[in-house]
Amino acid sequence: MRKRDGNPARTAWLVVAGLVVFMLALAGCGGGDDTTGGSDSSEELQKVGKGEGEVSLISWAGYVEPGWSKPFEQKTGCKVNNKEAGTSDEMVELMKTGQYDGVSASGNATARLVAAGLVAPVNVDLVPNYETVFEDLKDQPYNTFDGVNYGIPHGRGANLLMWNGDDVKPAPDSWNVTLDPKVAAKYKGKISQYDDPMSIAEAAVYLKFHEPDLGIENPYELNEEQFNAAIDLLEEQSANVGEYWSEAAKQISAYAGGDIQVGTTWQYQYFALKEEGVPVQASPASQGFLPKEGATGWSDTWMLAKDAKHPNCMYEWMNWIIEPKVNAEVAEWFGEAPAQELACKETANKNFCAEYHAEEPDFWNRVYYWETPLADCGNGEEDCMDYNDWVKAWTTIKG
Amino acid sequence: MASEAVAERRSAGHRLADLLHGRPRLQVGALLAGPVGWLVIGYLGSLALLLVAAFWSVDPLSGSTVKEFTLENFESLVNEPVYRDIVWRTVRTALLVTITDAVIAFPIAFYMAKLASRRGKALLVVGILLPLWSSYLVKVYAWRTLLSANGAINWALDPIGLSGPGYGQTAVWLVMSYLWLPYMILPIYAGLERIPDSLISASEDLGASPFTTFRRVILPLSFPAVVAGSIFTFSLTLGDYITPRLVSSDQFIGNVIYSNIANNQPFAAALALVPIVVMIAYLLVARRLGAFEHV
Repeated sequence: MRKRDGNPARTAWLVVAGLVVFMLALAGCGGGDDTTGGSDSSEELQKVGKGEGEVSLISWAGYVEPGWSKPFEQKTGCKVNNKEAGTSDEMVELMKTGQYDGVSASGNATARLVAAGLVAPVNVDLVPNYETVFEDLKDQPYNTFDGVNYGIPHGRGANLLMWNGDDVKPAPDSWNVTLDPKVAAKYKGKISQYDDPMSIAEAAVYLKFHEPDLGIENPYELNEEQFNAAIDLLEEQSANVGEYWSEAAKQISAYAGGDIQVGTTWQYQYFALKEEGVPVQASPASQGFLPKEGATGWSDTWMLAKDAKHPNCMYEWMNWIIEPKVNAEVAEWFGEAPAQELACKETANKNFCAEYHAEEPDFWNRVYYWETPLADCGNGEEDCMDYNDWVKAWTTIKG
Repeated sequence: MASEAVAERRSAGHRLADLLHGRPRLQVGALLAGPVGWLVIGYLGSLALLLVAAFWSVDPLSGSTVKEFTLENFESLVNEPVYRDIVWRTVRTALLVTITDAVIAFPIAFYMAKLASRRGKALLVVGILLPLWSSYLVKVYAWRTLLSANGAINWALDPIGLSGPGYGQTAVWLVMSYLWLPYMILPIYAGLERIPDSLISASEDLGASPFTTFRRVILPLSFPAVVAGSIFTFSLTLGDYITPRLVSSDQFIGNVIYSNIANNQPFAAALALVPIVVMIAYLLVARRLGAFEHV
């Protein structure tokens, strides 16, 4: 071959030039078909076969810990590769790489994952423990689309209002301490707010309670007027915000270093700070653990990647994570209500499920699980603000 | 078997040597194919893709890319004041950091190049390189701790009735100036070393004051080195998004790109073109100033 070639140097250059043309062509016509998506009724698995030896997961910090992933590996022979993500956007982005078998998606990611065709339907009959999952977590709009189940509930909780008990007195019982400009001004520069468009829903929950005239029903389905009211509130708030946090570690160091006195948080940071001896407090049991307006929250779902390389191991994992003992351990470690009814008998703290209201559907009516905001908010008019609007507005709020 | 394999390999090596013998263009081609291929495909190819993607849009529901030509990304970039603010904030910080680093770096580099003993020079070079051996994140987090309300800076300033800057743009400026200083010192040092001492002596002999010598001899000769360093500090500041995230809540270009990557890649691509354009403008100005003439 090489002997026959007249001028090899020229050939080398031709190869390079060819590659350039190829790249440009690829860029030009876009190649690929990632605009497809839509609800593809790709065939569900009919039987869980032998494990493939490993499983790659995307999860929230604290969802996949050695305490329950090691026993899973021993039992099933599926080695767990876990990648933690800090926001739902990050999870969607990671799923687009196609490298993962499953994800612990919150409600503000699930609809996007389904619409983008990144996840596959889950045959719940192959997940024996699904039977005893709390009824009010089954077939919900954030885990079931067009009547097809797309995942297994993991657990749920409410986002917390947390404050430093030494600085914030008396203990607040309302989000007005961060959102009402008059009250919040007292803590100017010491307020921390979650750096995510979902904060707009937090403002909407507040407005739903304090300004009923706006007619907000669902804080994720906002028409332009309602949306602008929430944005105005957050723009006023931004003058008082000391820091927008995105990583748990960043917020923990801000509370510990005295830079922040009050703000939105997750259970994870609350317990971490308690352990460090920082005198943080959150809405007590006497207030039902929630500020009086209610709160945003999450109900997470383990979803199966569309072209998962290890679907059997993923099914094993989805069944494992709602095993009563395991789900109890996860819930207690993370500080959230378990998805598995039988987990309430397995918790180390026998009062755990009562404290976290796991068995009280009424409590959860005041918690607004994260959802993906869509233009179509069910009134047939497509007049709601969609997630892109939310992201843009959030950039503007931070300035 | 082993000896056969060796013989085989040797003959393959021989054949390769035969092939290359007396064909300098093939030799050069083979040597450069890897690096040039990498440059063209990995580097220019991805830039081309970025440029094209900036003219696409995104499907609001699925977040997947719609590959149809549109200018809407650039329209919102230009029309919405928040993006202008962010671009200006980023460029301003990059300029401030560059000036700060140049002012700090020049005397240090001059001392290293012209005054320090051989031993002192070696010590200074090690001292300047030392921070580069530790992780970038560790350094930024260290600054976060230093700058916090109960941190060391406030503790030190408290007795004289002052307080530190806290988190914010000043903090970003401080931390970036710290992070990129070595990238300014080293080129200036290299540039000053190349100026022969005899030129400085000659200037003195001809009656120039030290200031005139500096202004007419040293500065013009070392100016390309300062510009080389400034390209580092300017572009590194322009692209960083982790430092602003950790020591402030202010958004820089990188932060907005990051927050759009997951759900609106075309817009992120359009934003990513901004630093490229700024950098091209910067290089053109630098060339105008004669920065590349003596290189």
